[in-house]
Amino acid sequence: MNSITHPSPYASWETRGFWEGAGRDELVLQKCNTCELIQHRPRGVCAHCLDSSGLVHFVASGRGSIYSYTVTEQNQAKGFAEACPYIMAYVTLDEGPRLLTVIVDCEPDAVEIGVSVVADFVSQERDDDERFAIPVFRLV
Amino acid sequence: MSTAKFPNSAAIAGVYEHPSRFSPNKTEFQIMAECAKGALDDAGLTREDVDGLFGASMSMGMMGIVDLAEYLDVRPDYLDGTNIGGSSFVSHVTHAAAAIHAGLCSTALVLYGSTAASNAMAIGTGGTDGSKNPDTAFSAPYGMTTVGSYAMYANLHMSKYGTSSEQLAEIAVTMRRHAGLNPLAKMRTPITVDDVLESRLISRPLHLLDCCIISDGGGAVVVTSLERAKDLRTKPVHLLGCGEAVQHQGVGDSDLLTIAAKQSGQAAMEMAGIKHSDVDFAMVYDSFTITVLATLENLGFCEPGEGGDFVSNGGIGLGGPLPVNPDGGGLSSNHPGMRGIFLVIEAAKQLRGECGDRQVTGAEIAIAHGTGGTIGDKHSGATLVLGTDR
Repeated sequence: MNSITHPSPYASWETRGFWEGAGRDELVLQKCNTCELIQHRPRGVCAHCLDSSGLVHFVASGRGSIYSYTVTEQNQAKGFAEACPYIMAYVTLDEGPRLLTVIVDCEPDAVEIGVSVVADFVSQERDDDERFAIPVFRLV
Repeated sequence: MSTAKFPNSAAIAGVYEHPSRFSPNKTEFQIMAECAKGALDDAGLTREDVDGLFGASMSMGMMGIVDLAEYLDVRPDYLDGTNIGGSSFVSHVTHAAAAIHAGLCSTALVLYGSTAASNAMAIGTGGTDGSKNPDTAFSAPYGMTTVGSYAMYANLHMSKYGTSSEQLAEIAVTMRRHAGLNPLAKMRTPITVDDVLESRLISRPLHLLDCCIISDGGGAVVVTSLERAKDLRTKPVHLLGCGEAVQHQGVGDSDLLTIAAKQSGQAAMEMAGIKHSDVDFAMVYDSFTITVLATLENLGFCEPGEGGDFVSNGGIGLGGPLPVNPDGGGLSSNHPGMRGIFLVIEAAKQLRGECGDRQVTGAEIAIAHGTGGTIGDKHSGATLVLGTDR
């Protein structure tokens, strides 16, 4: 199978911490120092405090386990159609939140719910000065 | 202003399902207009009686309901273009009943029309466009599809409870059997569990025959006060309970297997004051086989994890303990993108005893639950409890 050509992520001011972090090979999450909430997806405020005063980015371990997954056999979207079958998954990070991702370098039959995974980062060719990457995961 | 208690103060007075499954020479609004006429004729009302307009479609965006009002040349007192996905029309019935109860309108028309099939729309496997859209910024880069989202739900259910592909296939087989009794259904040739398992995988563990079909079509529902409905052409269908809910990924911590149906179903059943054993049949949004299993569990018709057994051995077939989708559902009758309106229409026709070969014997209380969006990501749920005129 061909590897996925990920659509280039678009970073709003709310989400650029995540994509910029990935560009440094770091999995970046948000934490609220006021209420201790760790949240993903990133937001401009802590979803519980509805305020940004305690919100900080931090570098997560990049470790987690597969919560669920599917082997996608058909997706007509550009970048994915040629890459089928590919493994799309929810990964529960050791820090708590779950994120959507793909599992790479893994035969479809080798993936299982509950197995440990670790983040890797796919750099993006861009025609601007941004350095973003896509966090993906591989089996440990 | 009605003196009757909500939601019993409102009733469904007319319904119409567009007979076409393929309408390459029609527009969404034309289909909606034809359905409007059908449902108003069914109720014995006219366009002039309508003072509340409700509608949604795959292409109606901001101002869409205003565009629809212009197309129909109506100037209603109440407008509601709520679009929460395929469940929208189930929700519209609730909103219409509330508006009627509050005295804001007296006769509401709920409309849907779609040309999904003739547009060759890839609903389930079209992927997610636009990483620029804040809603899809974290799913587009990972190849999220509608079917993929449901497949992740299915895999988790299988892993946690041992649910099998055979059990999911039983749902598709039952829907096809029902469709064989529905002259309007698109797919009527019987299928077997093996046919489902041998159909190609779309997103594991879901096969082609675990997925709903894509058709054109549309429908309309007329909601008015119970008092008025009693004087109209057809027997009113009583609104006994209603509920709405939303489920999503939260801050990345929600339980994927708990869907909106749990919250909206409980609200609707409590409002109606009924037990599960009172329900004679269920209309369940069947975008995929797993949607039916997830909905029945979350509505409380069986315990979490018991859905596989519940749907097997004719459990949701006509003649079984809880017939589901006697019309053949989205898996076999029609699925023009947003199917919620057909849940209401078939429930009403069954409660009026008009369904011929597919009539549920002694149908007095129905539950209809629509899901909008995807249960493996984020979605809305809307539930109605409907009853016969007794």
